[in-house]
Amino acid sequence: MNQRFVRLAETGRKTFPITVDGVVREAAEGDTLMVALLTNGTTLRDSEFGDGRRAGFCLMGACQDCWVWTAQGERVRACSTPAAPGMSIVTSLAEAGEGVWPRV
Amino acid sequence: MAPRVVVIGAGPAGVRAAQACVEAGLRPTVIDEGRRDGGQIYRRQPEGFSRSYDTLYGTEAERAASLHTGFDALKRSIDYLPETLVWNISANAVHTVSGTRYGTLPFDALIVCSGATDRLMPVKGWHQAGTYSLGGAQVALKSQGCAIGSRIVMMGSGPLLYLVSAQYVKAGAQIAAVLDTSTFMQRIAALPRLLAIPAALKKGIALTRVLSKAGVPVYRGVQPIEIKGSPQTGVSGVEVALAGGKRIEFACDAVALGYHLRPETQLADLAGCRFIFDDAAQQWLAQIDSDGRSSVKGVYLAGDGARVRGADAAERSGRLAALAALQDHGVQAAGIGDMQRLRDELARFSRFAAGLREAFPWPAQFAAALPDETIVCRCEAITAGELRRVVRETGAQEANRAKAFSRVGMGRCQGRYCGHAGAEVIAAAACVPLASVGRLRGQAPVKPLPVALTEEAAQ
Repeated sequence: MNQRFVRLAETGRKTFPITVDGVVREAAEGDTLMVALLTNGTTLRDSEFGDGRRAGFCLMGACQDCWVWTAQGERVRACSTPAAPGMSIVTSLAEAGEGVWPRV
Repeated sequence: MAPRVVVIGAGPAGVRAAQACVEAGLRPTVIDEGRRDGGQIYRRQPEGFSRSYDTLYGTEAERAASLHTGFDALKRSIDYLPETLVWNISANAVHTVSGTRYGTLPFDALIVCSGATDRLMPVKGWHQAGTYSLGGAQVALKSQGCAIGSRIVMMGSGPLLYLVSAQYVKAGAQIAAVLDTSTFMQRIAALPRLLAIPAALKKGIALTRVLSKAGVPVYRGVQPIEIKGSPQTGVSGVEVALAGGKRIEFACDAVALGYHLRPETQLADLAGCRFIFDDAAQQWLAQIDSDGRSSVKGVYLAGDGARVRGADAAERSGRLAALAALQDHGVQAAGIGDMQRLRDELARFSRFAAGLREAFPWPAQFAAALPDETIVCRCEAITAGELRRVVRETGAQEANRAKAFSRVGMGRCQGRYCGHAGAEVIAAAACVPLASVGRLRGQAPVKPLPVALTEEAAQ
């Protein structure tokens, strides 16, 4: 399994490249970042508390479980951020190098 | 001078509230977190998507279209702030943030239509990638045309369990099973109240037919045991105990989970509204009168954010709360003549909502049975055992005190998804009634804010 979400409709949209953990992937116009990431992989981020990978939960901006990093170090909430051409996203805590949350 | 009206939320309640104000000649401000109006239930797909209203909203297509066109027609007569979060409320002003810009907006009347999110009971393994809320699963499909997985288990209880399952089946997704914790007998017992809105009852029955026609296995009276999987790759199956006690595992790569809804009450809390414990709903709700007036002068509450009664009721309670605000501020509005009819209709919806609670009860009893290793707080991976240890060792029996010691409720979701279950775990561990555990206090900002903010030019 190399993707989590399955596209069932609106499959005729134009696509554009984004970069995920250094690899070029394809996103479709109108995708949220979350959908672009989870149609190209199974998870979004590391839990900061050592319990493994996470892939979001509520998709409506309430649970805050889908924050990822841009290559510039900015944090974005994947479910409410549109995917945009040229985006470069980091999904691993070690790569993001952010130390604001305690590590287990 | 005309009162300054601020409406929070552009779902069914917020749109109808704004409409009532415009009809009375006012220019309200509508603040909404969404990129587009509609709220969650009538969420609009992104521009450029092509599915029809029938495909997107099924039996509710006409209502959705009416709400969307109604709001489009209002746009020139209101100040509309999409993609804007109200992160705090102080005396007669709301504090907003949009992107990296923050602002302050004074009001004479505030109508809070903050909507609801899924009410969650943890199950062992629910923190693993591939577990979503039922509402989240619906958003994936409606707003993005995606299923949350290639083989999905729908689990929990409530109308959304059947609605989302039926929507997924219609869209061509593969459902491994629908696992309902409520029993058929509970549904029969709820019938007299459910008959308060016969059309809604009929729609509910039609959803179950969609599932049986598609051959989707539906089990009732189940007890969730564990969501199986691995920390790296996520969900691989769901184990439940069937009504007779037999254990069974369903292989899947995604789970949608939820037990009906809970109102988003943080903003009412920050506005200083009084809360009461509702025995029937087994949750704390902001006190409102029949029209939506809160305990704070000038603050009105409507829609599922005040009482979970569904979208049709939300349209009515939004309009009613706005009319109450207009009446209280001495605005002559023709619509004020509608108020008694709206109250009567809402009473029927309240009866129906009580029937739904009876048919699909919140499974409080599962909290005491959660194994110690079950994560209660997904944000910070804190287990039921840790919360119980805090109750046992520190004597904390109140929600905020137990939160201070355990951090359950202190994570980034601010207790939205662990608060109800956490209170049940505390109540069971301390052998006290749920009401005495209290409720987690709302904290500003109600959601994380960017660190670098710029002040908006004075309006």
